[in-house]
Amino acid sequence: MYKTTAQHLSYDFKTLANVMAKATPARSGDYLAGVAASNHLERVAAQYALADVPLKQFLTEALVPYETDEVTRLIIDEHDQTAFAPISHFTVGDFRNWLLSEDASTEKLTALAPGLTPEMVAAVSKIMRLQDLILVAKKCRVISQFRNTIGLENRLSTRLQPNHPTDNATGVAASILDGLLYGSGDAVIGINPASDNLEATARLLHLLSDVIERYKIPTQACILAHVTTTLKAIEQNVPVDLVFQSIAGTQKANESFGINLNILEEAHQAALGLKRGTVGNDCMYFETGQGSALSANAHHGLDQQTCEARAYAVARKFKPLLVNTVVGFIGPEYLYDGKQIIRAGLEDHFCGKLLGLPMGCDICYTNHAEADQDDMDLLLSSFAMAGGSFIMGIPGADDVMLNYQSTSFHDALYIRQVLGLRPAPEFEQWLIEHQIFNASNQLKPLTEMPALFKSSLQKVLGSTDESR
Amino acid sequence: MSHDKNPIIAYDPWHALNQLTSARIGLGRAGMSLPTRANLDFQLAHALARDAVHIPLDFSKLAQALEQLGYHYQRLQSQAENQRHYLQRPDLGRCLNEHSYQALATSDIHPVDAVIVVADGLSSTAIENHALGFLQLLVPVLTKAGYQLAPIALVKHGRVAIGDAIADHYKARLCITLIGERPGLSSPDSMGIYFTYQAKAGVSTDADRNCISNIHANGLTYEQALKKLCYLIAGAEQLKLSGVELKDETTDTGLELSGSANFLLN
Repeated sequence: MYKTTAQHLSYDFKTLANVMAKATPARSGDYLAGVAASNHLERVAAQYALADVPLKQFLTEALVPYETDEVTRLIIDEHDQTAFAPISHFTVGDFRNWLLSEDASTEKLTALAPGLTPEMVAAVSKIMRLQDLILVAKKCRVISQFRNTIGLENRLSTRLQPNHPTDNATGVAASILDGLLYGSGDAVIGINPASDNLEATARLLHLLSDVIERYKIPTQACILAHVTTTLKAIEQNVPVDLVFQSIAGTQKANESFGINLNILEEAHQAALGLKRGTVGNDCMYFETGQGSALSANAHHGLDQQTCEARAYAVARKFKPLLVNTVVGFIGPEYLYDGKQIIRAGLEDHFCGKLLGLPMGCDICYTNHAEADQDDMDLLLSSFAMAGGSFIMGIPGADDVMLNYQSTSFHDALYIRQVLGLRPAPEFEQWLIEHQIFNASNQLKPLTEMPALFKSSLQKVLGSTDESR
Repeated sequence: MSHDKNPIIAYDPWHALNQLTSARIGLGRAGMSLPTRANLDFQLAHALARDAVHIPLDFSKLAQALEQLGYHYQRLQSQAENQRHYLQRPDLGRCLNEHSYQALATSDIHPVDAVIVVADGLSSTAIENHALGFLQLLVPVLTKAGYQLAPIALVKHGRVAIGDAIADHYKARLCITLIGERPGLSSPDSMGIYFTYQAKAGVSTDADRNCISNIHANGLTYEQALKKLCYLIAGAEQLKLSGVELKDETTDTGLELSGSANFLLN
């Protein structure tokens, strides 16, 4: 197995992990790890070899040892043989052909999800072009609910990300108001705190909870602190909607984040018990990103995209409201340029959706990556075409706390116009009711503040200066 | 302010809130997109950040300035051969190249207490704008305290950990590395200082270091940074370690300790 010939050269890739890594489209992190193909011919030879691997092989050849890795145990122990049965005779190459066929309907893909392992979907993604990743992901439908409904057809949600370099309450409030008035915030209003401690987290949680309650906004709040900090907040009766955590695809990488499956389970149960959702109770928010396992030196010789897909096994265990691949944040040593970032974003979305996750994407880059706004526009456009569940909303695309660039409120409005994508229905109603959006999914022209926020703004700016 | 009857750009009635945060709020819109001016303002900030990463640091100019101050220095380089290589292979940016090891081997070794390393890192403008000013405060303080210093190491294509090999070579107790930080749109020239006690190449990890970040015109001043560094040095000399177990207990500038009160909730 894992042998092939190409152009009279014979290749023996020996292990599944190796053939997966060598078949992966080029990216800097795999070169850094020393697992990438050494030339184009070797890569395509590995892709031929991978296409011939039976899907069943993934159930017997663990890429990270079952005995020492709880993520592997989770993947194998919870694999649903019945759901897998319809495709159990496929090779990876057959699987791609079938996914692209009309037979692979939304209903069948939904039923199949528990029968798929992360390694199977990672493998098939490696022999798919961007248009394949878009076409198949578009057929998947994953719906999650808390105070609104995320993932419905022709909807795109946004996380309002009102970060501030010093967690200043007024500064945060200014960005929240700006975002709401641009129609952002139905996925979550989520703040990355400048300091991860209980006091700061509790203060910001109260702020968000009070704002959501005061203005009756059908959305949820989250402070992206470490899961153990959020657990403490719950113990102290601080209002917690969603529990956040960064997760990765190996036990060792998760340990480097200070977490394991037990801690996540404890937090999930604690948040479920609060019953703060109205239309549903999906109360976990996970973030991931290719390269995180390697950066913790916990990749076990796997390529970074396979590690990333394994993180989705961790995510789906806890039925999250949101899973966000923060694709370009990690830097050029993992994803060098716009081309690599764009492909990674679409791969992650495809793999997550196929595994049944509500996938969003932080379409982003750092200033030392070979990328710019044009690259983000391409990823945003193709991500939305693929039916992505949510994106970030950051004032002017510039996160002044984390020092990177993501998508702006304006960016979301661009793609809403071009593809006719609406926010979550409950949130859309709120926007229309308060004169922010019209019924055609567009911002209404504003010559003065909507009545809902009029008095707050007068207080801060003075009544005479209201129209600037 | 009066507007045209049919303006091309829609202004945001809450525009004046931009005084309350450095975030880019109240930008207005052209249709539902970013107006021309705001779009170009963003491109300008990005251009400055990109140039900070890609325009090479003028090490000769820095060396000349040090010479004029009467400071000894030596020029070294990591194993990264060019900027593209440097960005993709952080592992190589942490190791000195062969030539640098030879240069170190041929230089006199007197026992020293501290090495100061200046590396371009991810922002040449950070070092260009801030290294000299900070060194002029730091060197006299260390000298006055009786510390023997190695020649200041100017390292091209260096990452933080490259100081370990240099400190190792000189058997220095203290390793102080000035480095250009990853540039943000609002701070393309931010310098960081990393401090490691008993640094050892291949042994020291990030957990063994203390970091003083955000040194630039709108961030920490040189004096504030020096105060933090001196505090860390004193603590390290006492505890015989640095890193996570050595806490910087000087008051942090900025972080808000106020409540959650804000205009949306008044």
